[in-house]
Amino acid sequence: MSIGIVGYGSFIPRRRIKLEEIAKVWGADAASYKRGLQLHEKSVPGKDEDTITMAVEAGRRALVRSGGVNPSAIGAVYVGSESHPYAVKPSGTVVAEALGITPEAHVGDLEFACKAGTESMYLAYSLVKAGEVGYALGIGADTSQGAPGDALEYSTAAGAAAFIFGSDEERIVAEVVATYSWTTDTPDFWRRSQMHYPRHGSRYTGEPAYFRHITSSAAGIMERAGFKPEDFAFAVFHQPNGKFPVRVGKRLGFTTKQMEPGWLSPWLGNTYSGASPIGLTASFDVAKPGDLILITSFGSGAGSDSFIFRMTDRITAVQALAPLTRMQLDNDKIYVDYGTYAKLRGKIRMGE
Amino acid sequence: MESPARSWRSYPQRYRLEAAKCSGCGKVLFPPRLTCPNCHGREFTQATLPRDGRVVAPTVIHVPPQGFKEHAPYAIAVVELKNGVRVMVQVADMTDPGELAVGDPVHLEFRRIREDGEAGLIFYGHKAIRD
Amino acid sequence: MREVAIIGVGMIDWGELWGKSLREIWAEAALAALDDAGIDRVDLITVGCMSPGLFVGQEHLASLLADEIGMAGVASTRVESACASGSLAFRAGFAEVAAGLSDLVLVTGVEKMTDVDGADATYALGTAADQELEGFHGITFPGLYAMMARVHMAHHGTTSRQLAAVAAKNHANGLLNPHAQYHMRVSIDDVLGSTMVADPLHLLDCSPITDGAAAVVLAPLDKAKDHVGNRTVVKVAGSGLATDTIALANREDLARLRAVELAAERAYVMAGRRPSDIHVAEVHDCFTIAEIMATEALGFFEPGEGGPAAERGLTALGDRLPINPSGGLKSKGHPVGATGVAQIAEITLQLLGKAGQRQVEGARVGLTQNMGGSGGSSTVHILEAV
Repeated sequence: MSIGIVGYGSFIPRRRIKLEEIAKVWGADAASYKRGLQLHEKSVPGKDEDTITMAVEAGRRALVRSGGVNPSAIGAVYVGSESHPYAVKPSGTVVAEALGITPEAHVGDLEFACKAGTESMYLAYSLVKAGEVGYALGIGADTSQGAPGDALEYSTAAGAAAFIFGSDEERIVAEVVATYSWTTDTPDFWRRSQMHYPRHGSRYTGEPAYFRHITSSAAGIMERAGFKPEDFAFAVFHQPNGKFPVRVGKRLGFTTKQMEPGWLSPWLGNTYSGASPIGLTASFDVAKPGDLILITSFGSGAGSDSFIFRMTDRITAVQALAPLTRMQLDNDKIYVDYGTYAKLRGKIRMGE
Repeated sequence: MESPARSWRSYPQRYRLEAAKCSGCGKVLFPPRLTCPNCHGREFTQATLPRDGRVVAPTVIHVPPQGFKEHAPYAIAVVELKNGVRVMVQVADMTDPGELAVGDPVHLEFRRIREDGEAGLIFYGHKAIRD
Repeated sequence: MREVAIIGVGMIDWGELWGKSLREIWAEAALAALDDAGIDRVDLITVGCMSPGLFVGQEHLASLLADEIGMAGVASTRVESACASGSLAFRAGFAEVAAGLSDLVLVTGVEKMTDVDGADATYALGTAADQELEGFHGITFPGLYAMMARVHMAHHGTTSRQLAAVAAKNHANGLLNPHAQYHMRVSIDDVLGSTMVADPLHLLDCSPITDGAAAVVLAPLDKAKDHVGNRTVVKVAGSGLATDTIALANREDLARLRAVELAAERAYVMAGRRPSDIHVAEVHDCFTIAEIMATEALGFFEPGEGGPAAERGLTALGDRLPINPSGGLKSKGHPVGATGVAQIAEITLQLLGKAGQRQVEGARVGLTQNMGGSGGSSTVHILEAV
């Protein structure tokens, strides 16, 4: 029995802020940040957007691409994020209610820094594979925050990706060929319970965290599934900035051409739980039947989830049914200045 | 601000745009009612509003009510959806809300409408986006 | 049905009356009307008040106020229809006298709006809109009228200058009304230069927040005539009440005020009168566009002609059909529940020749039009001097 994705969708907010705008305020050297991080601009959520709203719209687009899956047939909904609107009260129930999936469903929220999205995907996939449900929806969405003046402020962005997993052959657009997760306790990035902004271990977040886990997970899945880098049409890696995913991809033996469609961070920023999942949707948007695609996420704390997908014939029929990821990234952008950005992100202390 | 119960009762309309179609005359009511204002019929079937429409009556709110201070100025309009039903919604993501004109095509997107301060509930619904 | 007359009028100074409570301002107006009528007992008190609960935390108002002027025991009722509460209180009193249920009725209207801050006052006023379909989405009162203005402008070519002309006229009239909240001259450019509140309505297109009260006394016409002999008495010739959808999304034509059209039709029919018979009118200018649309709905001008008429001065004092000689809601003020009663008071004074500097010469037939919310309700009365 093949299990795979029967519908996928992404949502990227329209607002953007350029790196120079942020650097200007903190007296930083914009040019060197741009070079160092390979970032130009990032997405900014409106005051009326959050993890839930983006997850709902991405979920709607996945339903459209599923070609008629009845929402009430979806038996599970998982929303992975590190910016759930409530600390207690699930995002998943609002999403499930809005999409018409309730009441016969299992719903849960997930958190694991930037890989909560692929976790949702893994759980959704596994539930369908176990025969527990006919369809399951896994979503990664975030409106991540960086402390003012901190390096993270240049990259923390907003976006969502949603994937409906199922086992009906005629509907599958991307079959799951293999999965592999590699996880350790690595304290590279954290946020304590009542704190507003996260902290990180600076350069420690590189080799011991990001590179070690992605490399282990990606190399691991290729070895176990019997593939080499050149077998893949595309490879998508977690993208906290523009530089890291290219570096880790090259180390693993992938070319920039393979990584290109899923490499969005220079213009999108780091959408955390949405990062590699949104990159995956961008790759799906241009994939051809038979293409093999690798995705390896990374979540601080730390871990990496890998999936290998094989595209089916049906992919070409569904790509244009909902807004393409690259089109959302490139068109209808609204640029904001730092003051507006600070207001939108709640960084200004308001009166009581 | 709204109580949990009041907000929750409105979910079918706010979250899923659920309406009622009169079995007698076909008029679509949003929100559903017990009797049809057109033919006074009492039987209905479920309908869902389409999400595409056009602006009928726009304005820009410069002096906002409580709970909307951070959004001002914002465009808000009566929008006529493809099936003829009209709704009032904010029009979001406009750099210059004053540009909104009668006849502009729009589609509805799920958005955060308001929240009850920092500790209260968040209320979701739909806003219009210009095509 | 008996014919009904107005035998006393009571008005007080309107404005931000920090030193006076709701009870006090109401009692002042009530006693002034009773004194003017030369009576000290009534069969019924009616009170028009939109939201004493939200503004001053007080419900059960009708009983409270009856006792306030020493009339505990008298029948008393509070009537509400948002900004049309005052005229509805008048109609309720008129109906009882006409039906023979009461002989003497004290009709009052009151609103105390400054005991809450601006945001709370705005919220209270906003409850006149559809909370689920409109309030939830962040609409404001000016926003609702602004939407109607945009449609009126798109259909008929009405301009912002024409709206501003209404404000300028009403402020000019207010200068001649000692009770008005504002005594200031406002030019068209002043209006257009004031802050934008809800496009296209500027600050000076909008009526203010006001504390105020007004009262009149009703009696059967034949008894009133006995009392005054040959002197002129004002009778209530026609009364019309109608509703329309509250939510703008449910209105058929956003450039028309259907509730006003229907209420007017009913009043004209009862009075046996036509729009061309009216010499003077008090119309509900909560926003400048409201006056323009109301004058069209009342049949004074063709649809689309209300704006040009205002711009050409046809509705100014001394011209063809003076509208809002009192200064209107715009400069007299708009203590919500009191407005409808104050309109009746003004037309009564006009018909009795007692309007001082703002007297409309030879006024024998007058009209009042009061409206709730964005036109969800409207009451029209036609008064005649007999």
